[in-house]
Amino acid sequence: MDEIQMKMLHEVAELDSLPVGAYNIRANGASAARNSTANIEIVTKTDKSGIDIIIKPNTKNESVHIPVVISETGLKESVYNDFFIGDNCDVVIIAGCGIHNCGNGDSAHDGIHTFYVGKNSKVKYVEKHYGEGEGRGKKLMNPTTVVNLDSGAQMFMQTAQIAGIDDTLRKTTAILADNAKLEINESVMTTGTQNAISEFTADLNGENCKCNIVSRTVAKNNSKQHFTSRLNGNNACSGHTECDSIIMDSASVLATPELLANSTEASLIHEAAIGKIAGEQIIKLMTLGLTEAEAEEQIISGFLK
Amino acid sequence: MLELKNINYEIDGKMILENINLRIDDHFVAITGPNGSGKSTLAKIIAGIAIPTSGQILLDGEDITELSITERAKKGISYAFQQPVRFKGLTVKDLMRLSAGKGTSFKELCNILNEVGLNAQDYINRSLDGSLSGGELKRIEIAMIFARSSKLSLFDEPEAGIDLWSFQKLITVFAQMVSKTQGNVVIISHQERILNIADKIIYLKKGKVEKYDTKDIILPTLLESVDSIN
Repeated sequence: MDEIQMKMLHEVAELDSLPVGAYNIRANGASAARNSTANIEIVTKTDKSGIDIIIKPNTKNESVHIPVVISETGLKESVYNDFFIGDNCDVVIIAGCGIHNCGNGDSAHDGIHTFYVGKNSKVKYVEKHYGEGEGRGKKLMNPTTVVNLDSGAQMFMQTAQIAGIDDTLRKTTAILADNAKLEINESVMTTGTQNAISEFTADLNGENCKCNIVSRTVAKNNSKQHFTSRLNGNNACSGHTECDSIIMDSASVLATPELLANSTEASLIHEAAIGKIAGEQIIKLMTLGLTEAEAEEQIISGFLK
Repeated sequence: MLELKNINYEIDGKMILENINLRIDDHFVAITGPNGSGKSTLAKIIAGIAIPTSGQILLDGEDITELSITERAKKGISYAFQQPVRFKGLTVKDLMRLSAGKGTSFKELCNILNEVGLNAQDYINRSLDGSLSGGELKRIEIAMIFARSSKLSLFDEPEAGIDLWSFQKLITVFAQMVSKTQGNVVIISHQERILNIADKIIYLKKGKVEKYDTKDIILPTLLESVDSIN
């Protein structure tokens, strides 16, 4: 991998060398490095582009890194990654995509990740998207995440898209069985004329399943954001969705939380708030010696943390 | 040392502060007076949050009238808000670090929190948002000011929003912290117990300094006037 690709790898997965455990590093549409372990097997798909990640039951305290980097202008790809996680596992999965586009052609990565999480397993899934490069070509990402949680399974998902992606449509759907738990924390920042759409749908089918979706976003300049979050409460379950946005300059933010209860025992809550940075927050930080710009930066980075 | 010379502050044709002349060089000075007398406005003018219509502000002889909030903070003015500001995402640790500066160790930050009656372990990583009570936020606000150890620390009614039980404890903490602080401490307060530990008291009324003298001279006259009202 070249220097640019290594930098992208650092940005999206905080990797400066090959990680410990299982990994598959994809660079410009091809596998650049791969490692399977005794408990985690990574297999190339035969019918379409992508990989299967198969994690044996009872695998604990292991990790999988599957970062993607693109530095070739004009490269467009759709990649299907399926995760088969056995029962009683406790694993961390680090994904992420970095695009460096200094040419005139649009570069795009559409990652479709499908998770089958076995009974009583715990998964932490971290996904970071990053774009850079001064070319006229756009940096586009359309991630789709499909989560199937078996009974008692838990997934904690953390996604961040802080800089450089021109256009994104992020779709996340989830189906929760009895006692399953899904926690999603999303951070998005858009600048310039960027456009970000994020759609969540969770079917809370199981008894006592729980879902909490929290989206924190910052929209600057002329960028646009649309957040939709739909919770379908089909059983005795609890669901909470929250969208909190800071709006600046001439940006535009639309938040559409939706709740559907099909059971009297479903307890569903949504919260949505959009507003500018409070003047008193900036003044407080200025009284600590920060300039107005530094204060704004601190507030935003804290908000998106 | 802080000097205010002929400070006037007018808003919408109404004089909020009128011809304020003060020289603050004692270690601990309290500002008191009825509601609406201009106490908070005076503190904001010192911190640079409000700009006086006319007059001059000097810190250790240097004219700071035209300096911004940030520049004054860097010169050594700290200001504890009456209503502490909440931040989504920023933690107690973040704010304490910003207050204390890079050279301060994590242990020192924890010690300051412990001193204001907050168990650092329980609070250091908490977000400064709605999950903290008014009293907790107030203590953190006070801790932030002590962490800065400035030339001039201004506290705007540190007792406001704190329940009576916590207040008793806070006064003790305050007295201890003030005795350790090197610079000048100015506190806006209505509380006799705070006024009682001050070196000097400024009594503001209708935007003017009505009295400014040692605690021993001013406090009895204030208490007398309260008694006569009662």
